[in-house]
Amino acid sequence: MLRRTLLGLMASAGVVAGILPLATPAMAQYPDRPLTIIVPWGAGGGTDATARIIGSLLEKELGQPVNVTNRTGGSGVVGHSAIAEAEADGYTLGIATVEIGMMHWQGLTNLTWEAYTPLALMNEDAAGVQVSADSEYENLEGLLEAIKSSPAGTFRASGTGQGGIWHLAIAGMLNDKGIDPALVSWVPSEGAAPGLQDLVAGGVGIVPCSLVEARSLIDAGRVKSLAVMSPDRSELFPDVPTLKEAAGSDWQIGAWRGIVGPKGLPEDVAAKLTEALKTVYDSEEYRGFMEKQGFGVRWAPAAEFGDFMDKSNKALGETMKAVGLAK
Amino acid sequence: MDPIIAAFELVMTWQVLTTLLMAALFGLLVGAIPGLTATMATALLVPLTFFMDPIPAVGAMVTCAAMAIFAGDIPSALLRMPGTPASAAYSDEAYAMTRKGQAETVLGACVLFSAIGGLFGTAVLIFAAPALAEIALNFSSPEYFWMALLGLTCSAFIGAASPLKGAVSLLIGLFVATIGLNNPAGVPRFTFGSTEMMAGIDFIPAMIGLFAVSEVFRTIAAGAPPWEGVQGKVGNIFRNWGGMVKTYWRQQIRGNVMGTLIGILPGAGADVAAYVSYAVSRRFSRTPEKFGTGHLEGIVESTSANNASLSSAWIPALVFGIPGDTITAIVIGVLYVKGMNPGPTLFLFNPQTIYAVFLIFILANLLMVPLGWVAIKLAKRLLQAPRTVLMPIILAFCIVGAFGSNNTAYGIIVMLVFGVLGFFMEENDIPIAPCILGIVIGPILERNFITTMIKSDGSIVAFFDRPIAAGLGVFLILVWLSVLVGVIRQRRSGQMSEADQT
Repeated sequence: MLRRTLLGLMASAGVVAGILPLATPAMAQYPDRPLTIIVPWGAGGGTDATARIIGSLLEKELGQPVNVTNRTGGSGVVGHSAIAEAEADGYTLGIATVEIGMMHWQGLTNLTWEAYTPLALMNEDAAGVQVSADSEYENLEGLLEAIKSSPAGTFRASGTGQGGIWHLAIAGMLNDKGIDPALVSWVPSEGAAPGLQDLVAGGVGIVPCSLVEARSLIDAGRVKSLAVMSPDRSELFPDVPTLKEAAGSDWQIGAWRGIVGPKGLPEDVAAKLTEALKTVYDSEEYRGFMEKQGFGVRWAPAAEFGDFMDKSNKALGETMKAVGLAK
Repeated sequence: MDPIIAAFELVMTWQVLTTLLMAALFGLLVGAIPGLTATMATALLVPLTFFMDPIPAVGAMVTCAAMAIFAGDIPSALLRMPGTPASAAYSDEAYAMTRKGQAETVLGACVLFSAIGGLFGTAVLIFAAPALAEIALNFSSPEYFWMALLGLTCSAFIGAASPLKGAVSLLIGLFVATIGLNNPAGVPRFTFGSTEMMAGIDFIPAMIGLFAVSEVFRTIAAGAPPWEGVQGKVGNIFRNWGGMVKTYWRQQIRGNVMGTLIGILPGAGADVAAYVSYAVSRRFSRTPEKFGTGHLEGIVESTSANNASLSSAWIPALVFGIPGDTITAIVIGVLYVKGMNPGPTLFLFNPQTIYAVFLIFILANLLMVPLGWVAIKLAKRLLQAPRTVLMPIILAFCIVGAFGSNNTAYGIIVMLVFGVLGFFMEENDIPIAPCILGIVIGPILERNFITTMIKSDGSIVAFFDRPIAAGLGVFLILVWLSVLVGVIRQRRSGQMSEADQT
């Protein structure tokens, strides 16, 4: 009780002193009860871990408990819908992922990024091109040549479900290089870990997941990465060339995560949350956590995050149509 | 020896030991509440570990998960509500013992053999992790397909008293598993346009409905009669431990080995281990007719197996960073944050940290005995409450658990529907356990079948053209043949005895 009163006093003091220039009187009261962050993916995954670290740091910033709950299933549709359908009072937020710009193209839902109030982009991990360590291909050029000159189905890739982000990554890359994406057959899997295991077991030849997901197997000398689909090299593996360097392609794609609220969040509430998230993003705890996990960090506040989602949505849609994944 | 001494120094501090104790109590509580799983308990600990040192952080997760898997046995035996899917395989059997007034015997066995199973899995983890992880890495989709099929065969044809009714139950489970979007093609099936149904049927509310809610319905329908058997006083669970180990040493060792082997495979976990072990126990028992009537033999074997598999799931996780189950998936993330990156190098460069983790495994399994004793003693008081009071409370817990599994009221609806289904199934003597296994394994079976077919361009030969896959396939066909021969022989001897009589 004392803590809450103190925080209340401090918040009001902040308003009075004009430390928070955008503040209105309503803000002094928000938040006065616990918040919930909905995660559309299962406990134990990267999105879950990111949401939980953000949640625990946000708790310090806002002075209210932040509960992280998982609403899984339906390839992310269920959780994303739950965030959009929540009451727009700032007490139920969610962590949106790249799939929000993909599932509506597949006809799974009507939801798009426009169903949300964008608060802050917190992370992005670019796709990579991983092959088994004993693979004969030493660089991406060689691999692409071999794909081009072999019959369809010779090369198989895995790492996520049918039409998932990594499926799109490799299809988009091939498309960009003028190679028919259908030459590489996609083997659906429940995420990157089973895909990578199948790569080592010899079941598939390519896993286009992010480098962080392949990290332990790259470190163990079982898997090698031929390229990363981002503008700059990864800090985690500076020896892996970018796609531009390796194959002269401008194709870039990655999985991102950001905090959103339902559409129509009060402006003062949204502003306060974005500001708190900025402090979280800049904190040593967040940076340290993401660096150690190997996750990339990327920041975009409110409207900028909205533009980012808009662009991501259009780019994904174009690629999905080009490779025949959109309905 | 130096790293081992260093490991002792790392673990034997009051900070680490207090953390372990707290985590154990937490795991025990969460595991004992039906619907809240060991995975959930571990996930809830993640934010706390950010502020801990590496050893207590990992130790807390290890201890919490081990306790939660054991604690799942408590409501399973006392109230017929399996706390975790890993307990579902022998829930009926354990509950039958409780009804005969042998609650303390069965729970005592669960504590004892869970702890021994956990220690066995740990021993394998310590001495053979790198070599075994190497073998597990060779498993691809055809091997997992055969494993899944073996699990289903075990539950329906060997584990059930009537193979036909077992198969009916299994098919119900397999049908339920097809609902939703989580299939390899990503096509919604049987969802009727509902967003909630796209997620499919979560097996936790389904399991609570099938086992616990159906029991509540049955009790009400029968007018809430008092317990059939006379409940002994809060008995001594340690009684007859020596005797049990002596009588069931074969079952226990077989359960340990089976659990460890299944746990190492990244695609199969504690639940599959428990089902397969229960079926194996029945198959090789001298008194298979006693199974299902409250007989300890199968419980010993499967409770050993599920805890052994929990420890051995760490083998691929620590050696290659590939999670053996959902719990290790969470822990791998924490290992990275704490700078203990999984991989062969963990064993080479940081032996004292890895030995400290092993030491915590041993401590956690030893801690299970005294804490388990306290928990059982408290939980057993439940049975002294009149059933008219107990049943509404169970229903309340069911609702909490079904809601908590995915934080949605939809879970409660699923629970009620399956409660009614379970009631009618049992009224017609259709066993429930194969149905649960169908829901859990159905997606694994389908996924691995489809991925194998995609890889081979539709050629069925793919299921036999890798040595391990071929071995498993041939073994499975032999199992089927032996079941078939057994059925035919039974028929013949039946006809002959009829002929003798006339």
